[in-house]
Amino acid sequence: MDELEKRMLQEVAELDSLPVGAFNIRSNGQSAGRNSTANIQIESRESGDGINVYFKDGTKNESCHIPVIISKSGHKECVYNDFFIGEDCDVTIVAGCGISNCGGHDSQHDGIHTFHVGKNSKIKYVEKHYGEGTGTGKRFMNPTTVVNLDEGATMEMDTSQIAGINDTLRITKAVLGPRASLIMHDKILTNFDQVAKAEITVELNGEDSSCNIISRGVAKGESVQEVIIDIAGNNKCKGHAECDSIIMDKGVIVATPKLKATCVDASLIHEAAIGKIAGEQLIKLMTLGLTEQEAEQKIIEGFLR
Amino acid sequence: MLELQNICFTADGKDILKDISLKIDDKFVAITGPNGSGKSTLLKIIMGIIKPTSGKVIFDGQDITDLAVNERANLGISFAFQQPVRFKGLKVRDLLSIAGGDGIDLTKDCSYLAAVGLCAKDYLNREINDTLSGGEMKRIEIAMAAARGGRLSLFDEPEAGIDLWSFQSLIEVFENLRNVTNGNILIISHQERILEIADKIIYLKDGRVDKFDESSKIMDELQMRRRSGCGCTYVKKGGACNG
Repeated sequence: MDELEKRMLQEVAELDSLPVGAFNIRSNGQSAGRNSTANIQIESRESGDGINVYFKDGTKNESCHIPVIISKSGHKECVYNDFFIGEDCDVTIVAGCGISNCGGHDSQHDGIHTFHVGKNSKIKYVEKHYGEGTGTGKRFMNPTTVVNLDEGATMEMDTSQIAGINDTLRITKAVLGPRASLIMHDKILTNFDQVAKAEITVELNGEDSSCNIISRGVAKGESVQEVIIDIAGNNKCKGHAECDSIIMDKGVIVATPKLKATCVDASLIHEAAIGKIAGEQLIKLMTLGLTEQEAEQKIIEGFLR
Repeated sequence: MLELQNICFTADGKDILKDISLKIDDKFVAITGPNGSGKSTLLKIIMGIIKPTSGKVIFDGQDITDLAVNERANLGISFAFQQPVRFKGLKVRDLLSIAGGDGIDLTKDCSYLAAVGLCAKDYLNREINDTLSGGEMKRIEIAMAAARGGRLSLFDEPEAGIDLWSFQSLIEVFENLRNVTNGNILIISHQERILEIADKIIYLKDGRVDKFDESSKIMDELQMRRRSGCGCTYVKKGGACNG
């Protein structure tokens, strides 16, 4: 792995070296390293376009890293990663994709991640998307995350796209069983002429299932963001969505809430707000010695934390 | 230290401040006066949040009238807002660290928070958002000004929104600040107890300096009788006020 690839690995997975535990590193469509553990088995799919990861029942305090790096201009791929998580697990999965494109051709990564989470298992899923490069080639990233939570399973998702992706369509679909719970923090920053669309659909099918979807977006330059959060309550359940955005320069943000209840005991709430950085916030930080630009930076940093 | 030369401020055709000239050298000076007399406007003009329509602000001999808020902050002027600002995502420790200017110093941050009656363990990692009450926000705001230190600390009605139970400790905070700070304090207040510990009082009325003299003189003139207790208007009853 060269220096550029190492740096990208640091950006998307915060890894300085090979991670401890199970991992699979994909670089320009090739495997650049893989490790299975006694409890976590990583296998290539027969079709060759991704991996299946199996977690044994009762796997606890283990992690699985599956970063993807694209540094060849013009590389395009569509990858399927399926996670089969047994019962009573407590694991962390870190995914992420970095595209560095210094050439004239468009690079693209479409990752479809499907999670089958067994009874009473607890998953923490972290996904970071990052792009950079000085070339004229664009960087596209279209992640799809499908989540099936069995009875009593919980998943905490932390997904972010902080910089450098020209165009993205982020789809998340979750189906929750009885007592299952999903917490999702989605953060996105767009600038220049970037376009980002996010569609988050949650079906609360099981009794006492719950979700809390928190989406934060900052649109700078002339970038455009669209966020759709769609929650269906089909049983006695609790659903909460919070969609908060900061708009700057000539950015455009469209936030669309959709709530559907088919059960009288479903309780669904959606909150959405779009606004510029409050002047008093800037002034407060300036009274602490920051310049207006530094204050703006700090406010966005906190907002997208 | 601080000199205001013929400060005027007009907004929407109304004269808020009318030709204010003051020389402030004392360590602890309180500004008081009726609502709408221009107290907050004057303090904001000193910080640079509001530009005066005319007049000059001189700080340690330097004309700072045209300096930006952050430039004044870097000269050592700090400001505690009457209505503290909330931030989604930023934590108490983040702001204390910006205020202190030297990153996170747990021992110092603890002492700043303890001084305003908050436990650092409970508060350092709290987000400065809607989950904090108005009183908690005020205390954090004062802690931040203490963390900032500096040569001139401006406080806009720090007692507003603080419950009576905590008021005594607030007085102690300012007594303590007065003793430990090397800089000067300029504070807007209506509270006798704070006015009492001031060296001098500026009494503003209708946008003008009506009186500016030693604390005891002004309090006598304004017939603010020194009562015992915390200075609140509640009658001391069954220990309801611990002042």
